[in-house]
Amino acid sequence: MGKYREAAESGKFVVSGEIGPPKGTQVDDMLHHIDLLKDMVDGLNVTDNQSAVLRLGSMAVSHHIVSEGGDAVFQMTTRDRNRLALQNDLLSAHFLGIRNVLCLTGDHVSVGDHKDAREVYDFESVQLIQAVKKMNEGFDWAGNELQGSTDFYIGAVVTPESNPIEPQKAKFEKKIAAGAQFFQTQAVYDMDNFQSFMEYARGVTEGKDVKIMAGLVVLTSVGMAKYMNKFVPGVFVPDNLLEEMASVPKEEALKKGMEICARHIKLLKEKNVCDGVHVMAIGKEEIVPEILQLADLV
Amino acid sequence: MIISQQKPFEEILEALGDQEKVYLVGCGECATMTQSGGEDEIADMKTRLEAAGKTVLGNDVAHLTCHELDMKRIFRQSKDAAKETDAFIVFSCGAGTQSVREATDKHVIPGTNTLFLGNVKRNLQYEEKCSLCGECVLDEYGSICPVTRCAKGILNGPCGGTNNGQCEVDPDKPCAWVLIHNQLKKEDRIEQFMKIQGPKRWNAVERPGRLDARDKDEEKGAA
Repeated sequence: MGKYREAAESGKFVVSGEIGPPKGTQVDDMLHHIDLLKDMVDGLNVTDNQSAVLRLGSMAVSHHIVSEGGDAVFQMTTRDRNRLALQNDLLSAHFLGIRNVLCLTGDHVSVGDHKDAREVYDFESVQLIQAVKKMNEGFDWAGNELQGSTDFYIGAVVTPESNPIEPQKAKFEKKIAAGAQFFQTQAVYDMDNFQSFMEYARGVTEGKDVKIMAGLVVLTSVGMAKYMNKFVPGVFVPDNLLEEMASVPKEEALKKGMEICARHIKLLKEKNVCDGVHVMAIGKEEIVPEILQLADLV
Repeated sequence: MIISQQKPFEEILEALGDQEKVYLVGCGECATMTQSGGEDEIADMKTRLEAAGKTVLGNDVAHLTCHELDMKRIFRQSKDAAKETDAFIVFSCGAGTQSVREATDKHVIPGTNTLFLGNVKRNLQYEEKCSLCGECVLDEYGSICPVTRCAKGILNGPCGGTNNGQCEVDPDKPCAWVLIHNQLKKEDRIEQFMKIQGPKRWNAVERPGRLDARDKDEEKGAA
């Protein structure tokens, strides 16, 4: 069992960060970020060809984090691999000491940098969750017995601001039924909306050991916030935060974004809204320690 | 019907290269409806090729270009032209082009791109709703096919890219999952939405597909 699962199952307020591997072999910045964060958080997600853009692999970086004494949440999309390759990678990841897997369908290739690639989607997120659960029980997808089962902590995502919300909620419930043990949400900014989503989610997960971590993406400028509102489905930055971001000079915007993020972490923890947070700084991971300090987490 | 679209004229000329004598084949069914290979388009193509210095020895709009025996019969009837031509240019779907392939040993050039199996929304407007997967699951989804109409072919509900009921991949298209959800509600079968669906059996039809419908063996389920 990894540190991330241990923290989650102990009832502690779980904190994770995120590493986006580079596009190429220059890994210095990434290694620096891992070094900086691995002992400060319970786990570090590693993205898998994020936004359908070719990058260094999630499994290799996850393994590096684990071998350095941290814990990794291995993100896995079903976009680039069929069921044979997915299960092969799950066994390989397990062999390399990786114990947390976040199951995603993955962004469509049309948003990435290899637009003519054939997208696979042999499985999607719900089926990948089922497949990992089966492997944990000692069987492959086809029902053949494995020589030794896996021991993965099975993660999934949910978009609390999805519009319409009903089908998204139904899918969330299907992911739980399929075997998801923890959730990291899409970025949330409206804490009132998120609290009502969590009231619903707590109802659904009552009596089940399912943990829900709020996804928090640090705002870096008012422009970035407006861009997300316009172009990122399922992300909603409310007016009061837009105004707050706009209230400071440009050079202080990042600091303001960090303050907002820390404030949200504190509120979620103090009010026991959810089981933890997943903090995404998208390439600016060096600011995460300060956010955690502002939030009194370290 | 099969939706096809004419290739750019320059691409057709490039495929012909130095070959001068050509024979045009259209199709009386789908390519006539989509105006990529009907009588009018073949006549127009003849004019354009002649203006480009080519000699059009023959042209036919077959009743059904994908019917291989029909194509063979047509070429037998126009024996000389079919024999003398340097190349055939086919304005039908890819199946029709390969039907011409079976009927001649000459250079056969596709004059169209074959796009999809389409429903006719109204005249000259088509939408893809079925991807010929070989194992129809429509009843599971209020008869709205997620395999085809969800950009990711997801079988268990919307992804995070659903955007006010539209699809992130193409905002002009509806999210199939919102359609399915609404439809199942209308049918009072919303519980169906909660069923966890396994992945498709992608080899339900061994590719390339083949069917001998003369085989009436009921165990095989042949029509």
